[in-house]
Amino acid sequence: MFHRMASPEHFFAGARLWVFWLYLLGVTGLAIGSAWGLFFVPPEKYQGDSVRIMYLHVPAAHLAQMIYIAIAVAGAIHIIWRLKMADVFMAAAAPIGAITTALALISGIMWGRPTWGVWWIWDARTTSVLILFFLFFGLVALRQAIGRRERAAFAVSVLAIAGAINIPIIKYSVEWFTTLHQPASIELGRNIAIDTVFLLPLFVNLASLYVFVAGVILANMRVDLVNRYQTTSWVSEWFRNN
Amino acid sequence: MNDLRRRRMLVLLFLFCGGSLTATLAIFALQSNINHYYPPDEVVAGSVPIEHTIRAGGMVVIDSVVHDDTGLGVEFELSDRKGSTFSVSYKGLLPSLFREGQGAIVVGKLQSDGVFEANQVMAKHDENYVPPELKELHEIDDS
Repeated sequence: MFHRMASPEHFFAGARLWVFWLYLLGVTGLAIGSAWGLFFVPPEKYQGDSVRIMYLHVPAAHLAQMIYIAIAVAGAIHIIWRLKMADVFMAAAAPIGAITTALALISGIMWGRPTWGVWWIWDARTTSVLILFFLFFGLVALRQAIGRRERAAFAVSVLAIAGAINIPIIKYSVEWFTTLHQPASIELGRNIAIDTVFLLPLFVNLASLYVFVAGVILANMRVDLVNRYQTTSWVSEWFRNN
Repeated sequence: MNDLRRRRMLVLLFLFCGGSLTATLAIFALQSNINHYYPPDEVVAGSVPIEHTIRAGGMVVIDSVVHDDTGLGVEFELSDRKGSTFSVSYKGLLPSLFREGQGAIVVGKLQSDGVFEANQVMAKHDENYVPPELKELHEIDDS
């Protein structure tokens, strides 16, 4: 299974159905979770209706970090084993990571105005997430700036691994430093500080965004594979048959 | 795993550990600059710059908020709940989440008499999310 999926041809064929089901499940879940969060959850005691921004902000911020971790791991795999699919994954996931981070930042800005009283402040959390956005941007730009695919993949891998140090900084920024951003409400081994009525739609949206983003990345990888292997027989054969 | 792969892995590990060490040292060195605001005990102890624009933060002391006659001026106290408390004077609109018992961050200048003249007040939301029907329960919890 692992070896089969590591071959571009089998991956391209096998991922097709996956994309369909991931999209279907993800979009349905996001629709349910968002409708639930927007219309059926009571306003929070202090924040009022602003609490609903959480259903976009928290999943987006979480996914952004997970995508970065996945890219850094793929970078290590690429450097050590020279697995082609690892680089295909990095190329496909980086722009998605940038978009997800942008969503987290924008929704955070919109939440900050009514809650804190300011759109933006330069505390450790907000700044480190902004750096995450620039890192994703850098991964995309670096790849495009280097013409030769092999060298671009190596440079992107190194940048991804070096930038991974930002992830624990984002995570612990609210504990190590004094920040305006609140500490985590959901933490392993601790009581959840969010009441269940707010929590359930949040989990629905979080899980659905995972599924949806997986679908988008797979679809991106398939496009990238066609681009990379356009001269091979399996690609031309696929185009003849479809 | 062959030699080449082991060597690449070691180089990566070395790169990662080196990067982590660098970042850790940088963070320790910059600690005071990365912190977003001064806590009350530093304000009270006088270890913050006087008459310079700084940020300070703490919990708004219950029953300390006093509005003046114009309706815009307000005075309140910020505390760390460990005995350090300083007073803040501010003229302007308070954010809607500003309330007693919750955190707030003030931007302004500490006067030599120990009063903090704020020109901006930000409310700090904590990690607790409470539905309205549990309001009363939660308020009992607070006190």
